[in-house]
Amino acid sequence: MAFEYAPAPESRSVVDIRASYGLFIGGEFVDGSGGRIKTVNPATEEVLAEVAEAGSDDVDRAVAAARTAFDQVWGPMPGRERAKYLYRIARIVQERARELAVLETIDNGKPIRESRDVDVPLVAAHFFYYAGWADKLRYAGFGERPLGVAAQVIPWNFPLLMLAWKIAPALACGNTVVLKPAETTPLTALAFAEICQQAELPPGVVNIVTGAGETGRLLVEHPAVDKVAFTGSTEVGKQIARSVAGSRKRVTLELGGKAANIVFDDAPIDQAVEGIVNGIFFNQGHVCCAGSRLLVQESIAGDLLDALKRRMALLRVGDPLDKNTDVGAINSAVQLERIRRLSEIGDAEGAERWTAPCELPDRGFWFAPTVFTGVSQAHRIAREEIFGPVLSVLTFRTPAEAVEKANNTPYGLSAGIWSEKGSRILAVADKLRAGVVWANTFNKFDPASPFGGYKESGYGREGGRHGLEAYLDR
Amino acid sequence: MTATVASNLSEVARSDAALRAFLHGLPGVDQVGADQRAAMLGTRSIKTTAKAWALDLAIRMVDLTTLEGADTPGKVRALCAKALRPDPADPSCPSVAAVCVYPAMVPAAAPLLAGRAHLASVATAFPAGQVPLSVKLADVESAVRDGADEIDMVINRGAFLSGRYLEVFEEIRAVKQACGDAHLKVILETGELATYDNVRRASWLAMIAGADFIKTSTGKVAPAATPPVTLVMLEAVRDFRAATGRQVGVKPAGGIRTAKDAIKYLVLVNETAGADWLHPDWFRFGASSLLNDLLMQRTRMSTGRYSGPNYVTLD
Amino acid sequence: MIAEEPPAETAEHAARLAIRKTYKLFIGGAFPRSESGRSYPVRSASGDFMANAALASRKDARDAVRAARSAFAKWSGATAYNRGQILYRIAEMLEGRRAQFIDEVAAASGDGVSAASEVDAAIDRWVWYAGWSDKIAQVHGAANPVAGPYFNLSTPEPTGVVAIVAPAESSLLGLVSVVAPAIVPGNTVVVVASEERPLPAVTLTEVLATSDLPGGVVNLLTGRVAEIAPWLASHMDVDALDLAGVRDAGLATDLEIAAAENLKRVLRPVPASSDWAADPDVQRMLTFMEMKTAWHPKGI
Repeated sequence: MAFEYAPAPESRSVVDIRASYGLFIGGEFVDGSGGRIKTVNPATEEVLAEVAEAGSDDVDRAVAAARTAFDQVWGPMPGRERAKYLYRIARIVQERARELAVLETIDNGKPIRESRDVDVPLVAAHFFYYAGWADKLRYAGFGERPLGVAAQVIPWNFPLLMLAWKIAPALACGNTVVLKPAETTPLTALAFAEICQQAELPPGVVNIVTGAGETGRLLVEHPAVDKVAFTGSTEVGKQIARSVAGSRKRVTLELGGKAANIVFDDAPIDQAVEGIVNGIFFNQGHVCCAGSRLLVQESIAGDLLDALKRRMALLRVGDPLDKNTDVGAINSAVQLERIRRLSEIGDAEGAERWTAPCELPDRGFWFAPTVFTGVSQAHRIAREEIFGPVLSVLTFRTPAEAVEKANNTPYGLSAGIWSEKGSRILAVADKLRAGVVWANTFNKFDPASPFGGYKESGYGREGGRHGLEAYLDR
Repeated sequence: MTATVASNLSEVARSDAALRAFLHGLPGVDQVGADQRAAMLGTRSIKTTAKAWALDLAIRMVDLTTLEGADTPGKVRALCAKALRPDPADPSCPSVAAVCVYPAMVPAAAPLLAGRAHLASVATAFPAGQVPLSVKLADVESAVRDGADEIDMVINRGAFLSGRYLEVFEEIRAVKQACGDAHLKVILETGELATYDNVRRASWLAMIAGADFIKTSTGKVAPAATPPVTLVMLEAVRDFRAATGRQVGVKPAGGIRTAKDAIKYLVLVNETAGADWLHPDWFRFGASSLLNDLLMQRTRMSTGRYSGPNYVTLD
Repeated sequence: MIAEEPPAETAEHAARLAIRKTYKLFIGGAFPRSESGRSYPVRSASGDFMANAALASRKDARDAVRAARSAFAKWSGATAYNRGQILYRIAEMLEGRRAQFIDEVAAASGDGVSAASEVDAAIDRWVWYAGWSDKIAQVHGAANPVAGPYFNLSTPEPTGVVAIVAPAESSLLGLVSVVAPAIVPGNTVVVVASEERPLPAVTLTEVLATSDLPGGVVNLLTGRVAEIAPWLASHMDVDALDLAGVRDAGLATDLEIAAAENLKRVLRPVPASSDWAADPDVQRMLTFMEMKTAWHPKGI
């Protein structure tokens, strides 16, 4: 008899979603001057709330509030005092961890297991880490002067975690921020605004403006911001790089990727299979550093693929609030459409599709874990970022060929290496043109560890001592 | 594992060198990755109907064990009664898989169980195994003669750790022979093997030598059974069946005391070796105090209240 | 330095005409003329003709990028110790031709007094950067104490091919101050010399060619910034762009916009008033380095 896990849903009662949200400017929620946007639960298509779509006047107000706070309060404040606010925020995140995890899962579609065990703990850790830097900047080697007002635009794949990656170092260095969460996932950022209130963070230090791409453009191009930090698509990253040309604004960009996950014939196979699965199906593959290209040595390709498919068949796809769900909902209809379209191109180009056997819910946005074999470098599914649970498998014969194929992309965010031979790992890691190299592991993150890309995956690093550089004027 | 394994398997024990080459050619185990996989599976949330099913299955998988110097026939008889009827108040409660005792206690247990539950005897100079092979074989033969239908042997860890794999192999072969029809569980004593690579190698070595079950521990060495060690062993039996067609069982023993832990192990089985192993023929818990916690949880499921130690029997 | 007047004949000496130098490009370790066959007159600060310099074309820029890319694997793969030795060797070679450079810099700037100190500073700058080759990764790298059983190390690596518009005013020190920090971590460069004062740069390539620096690590173009730089800024095989010497703000903006197409790392123009003799910091090196963070589990 099969071991059928009964549903184990996390309780939704810990969150209290308002019907409507304003903008968080100058320490309070205010009405926006523009339209309204509905945010939906991608697992059910239920409308969760309406949020404001910040317009030009709203962005002006937010930037002005941040400027005032920078000039009058946060900039002059001693680092040790700024640190205490950040520690407070870290603690409140821990105290409200379950609520934040549930809210993130409802708004984003990611499994509660991930929001509970990965996203939210890392959010608290990130604030805790950068809090400690606030009064130690002189030791970091990047100067001690903040830049001023930071315009920060974040994506929908890790809404609260990306907020933490942006806000924690900015505040630690003495900057004030105006942050725009993604159009489809504004709710945890708005909950974070309440956390700022609970922490009694001085008004204007953190301002949250919700909206879509146009709000982001207004914010990034605002003449009074000193710093732009963006995480999102390479396409938008390029637009931002163009828009700041000739200005004095400093920019960091964390963009797309098409990471190679290289499995050598001497790999620890069972952990490699886990790493491949974690590399591409973690967060439904909505991960810029996802290991979306599996490069496997030809001599073990057959066995490895058998093991991978066996493992993929165990993935539990469905209700993101179920504590046993491994793969949740695709974040939006738009993203689902993109995944479908690129997968169809994979079919059309002759790659062989295999889909994990799983039942998908009737409502909501879903895509079953999928692997394409027989893929070559020329296939679009091997070149373009799909940003979904779709793995392309390529083979190689020699380490040199593996490196060559891994680097044969305009991206350079991350890469994986699986081998039990230490010297091979070090040699291959040296040759990979990627900002994060995971050897015998994948998709690991830590506030102390710098993260960011080479080439068209962007520039600048987030995390670690290096993450301070983006927010200081040497 | 690899298809090439199957064709070579009969050949691998032809010499110490060949056996070493085979065992050291098995894929490595990354400790951190294995630990994390086991920990992740430990976060599965098993509720309501699934939990009720799992509790009954876990009871049916218990090798109810007493392995004390102070054991007496009286103690063993009480244990047998408990094994056959774990919850006197509830006839729907299943009996356990087996009673596991020292060889000297086998005569006391055999008539009571009388085929209604398996009778397992540790043997081969359990737990250290530090006696000549002839003594180990005599130990096995006497236990089988007295009525044990399962033998839990210990491997020669000294020989294994010093790389004398063929010696370990031949000893298991000899014990298997001495078992006759009795099922052979081979205790790897993973707490002394130091690495998961060694656990994987020892698992394969035991299976090639004829083990019907591979078992983690004697319970006399810490750490005893752990989820990642069991994970590695479950991977081994899964791969061994894929390579040879022969299914081998797994028995974690020692340190599993709560129903919650037992259910985590069942999840490990389900998502590593697969549903084929979710049966007392293929998975056992070597435990003593676990049974009472399973029973208390079972009561809690049926009554909706938490139970207490005074409401389960202490044998 | 350039004999502009024929020396007066004397009874003892037969008249001897000085040999002039042809100022060419430096690409892949060779000294080609511009493929376009063009040149432009270079005049001294006082307006006198000094030489015809090659007027590099789009195709010269393309060839220079190709040469820089080909040289990248070997140069970035060399040991830091080796790169440091080679940069120090450049200083040695420059020191040996100090007098010649003082003459050339003076002729370019018209300032004979400061030329010597500029050349000395340029030599010292090579020495300063030479020493960084095996220290920048120590100073800027990190062992990161992550919350888990992992080895986690961040190491800076060279970005790749860097296109540089050298400072317009400081013909030698300015040039060295932008080229040395780019190549010391292992990048290869295509540098556009000061448009008005290119001759010391060309002479410097003679030093580079005899300093064990592999061909293609530094490639020098002379000519019009406004003509060449856009091709470099938009080139998809260039990884970074240093606009140090761009004087036209509109052009600088256009170049930065073009650079966005493949997200080149961009250093914005340095004000004309800046003092290249001031002590540098590590910023120029770090702009052209990428932080790579490697993880590995720690288990037995």
